[in-house]
Amino acid sequence: MAQALNMLKESASQTAGPYVHIGCTPNFTGIEGVYDEDLGKVMVNDDTLGERITITGRVIDGSGTPLKDALLEIWQADHKGLYNSPAETRGLADPNFKGWGRQPTDMTTGVFTFETIKPGRVPFVDGRMQAPHVTFWIVARGINLGLNTRMYFGDEEEANAEDPVLARVEHRVRVPTLIAGREGNTYTFDINLQGPNETVFFDI
Amino acid sequence: MRNTLAETGAFFPRDRSWHPKAFTPDYKTSVLRSPQKALLSLSNTVSEITGPVFGHDMLGEMDDDLIYNYAKPGESAIGERIVVHGRVLDERGRGVSGALVEFWQANAAGRYRHKKETYLAPLDPNFGGCGRTITDDDGSYAFRTIKPGPYPWPNGVNDWRPAHIHFSIFGHGFAQRLITQMYFEGDPLIPICPIVNTIGDPEAISRLTAPLDMNNTIPMDSRAFKFDIVLRGRRSTMFENRKEGN
Ligand SMILES: [Fe+3]
Repeated sequence: MAQALNMLKESASQTAGPYVHIGCTPNFTGIEGVYDEDLGKVMVNDDTLGERITITGRVIDGSGTPLKDALLEIWQADHKGLYNSPAETRGLADPNFKGWGRQPTDMTTGVFTFETIKPGRVPFVDGRMQAPHVTFWIVARGINLGLNTRMYFGDEEEANAEDPVLARVEHRVRVPTLIAGREGNTYTFDINLQGPNETVFFDI
Repeated sequence: MRNTLAETGAFFPRDRSWHPKAFTPDYKTSVLRSPQKALLSLSNTVSEITGPVFGHDMLGEMDDDLIYNYAKPGESAIGERIVVHGRVLDERGRGVSGALVEFWQANAAGRYRHKKETYLAPLDPNFGGCGRTITDDDGSYAFRTIKPGPYPWPNGVNDWRPAHIHFSIFGHGFAQRLITQMYFEGDPLIPICPIVNTIGDPEAISRLTAPLDMNNTIPMDSRAFKFDIVLRGRRSTMFENRKEGN
């Protein structure tokens, strides 16, 4: 026998269900007057530094149908590559950019949209720089444990080519599932839950 | 709010055999919504270790009281009045301070206030069904609500959800993000629920089941249920020879 490690187990996940919006975006679902504004709805203000961009897309199931009941959250660095977080050790991020957003997919079209800024580069664990990216977390009815993925930027070919995380994707044909194409200031990022173009999801 | 230095270590890997698998065909919606390829394991970088902070100042006075936060003045939600309280801990047993805890639920009759809800049970005009709070320095939280009713759902022809409260928890790092559900001790619907049973380990289910806590009731007003939530723990950076991010 030996001493016990006395570690607790993480609480097991359960699906967010069809009514996740009641708890996370109540105004969106018509429950008004409880919170002033849905949390994470607005990411930028007039003083936020950096290039304004729109990220839009859909979460698509194995039949090709966009989910109309999903909720997405994103987390990203500021324009210089600093996170607005106490765990950021490299400097102070833009105080006008929280870096976190939350959006439901539209109940009829399944489209989600984030108005944000393009993030700067942040280091990998060994100090090499990662390409600019946005971390995604996706929950919905039928998803038992929130899915993590990353969005990279289609106009950052050079940085993407040396990104240490993208380099870990063994089947190179799957790399494009993580890269959003740019048109004007809009990046389109469709997330495929299944099928030949299944998005690369991460165990972080 | 925090009087200690922020922690910057990577999170312990998730035990994915303890969590429900993605593909759980008895819960039919998972069939077309479950990734089929292997996840790509990624050592935590600063992108996963960091996360936003939510301050107590964002909370409204009634955010943690579902009995009153949607009710007309002088009225209150119908149902069994309860207090739900507990702590948000990490896997090392340490309280997680400043965690944003959001909760949502059906009303006493098992009906949600949502455009897509089709159950014939009545809406309660004084019950919205959402609330939120932020944990104290030791990770503790509490809120007041009415006990939600069980409800039928279209999975099998006669599937009923046990009474439950949905929880969304935001700890200190984006990789700690978690959504789960709280069940009530003694509910006979728990063992026959296809969503509960997406979890394989009965011990993991019992950790989601809140016991009646008679020591924290409000006498002649509300019963109490205790629900602790555990988020991923962090590695210590004490003996790291490589400075994070350098
Ligand atoms: Fe529910």
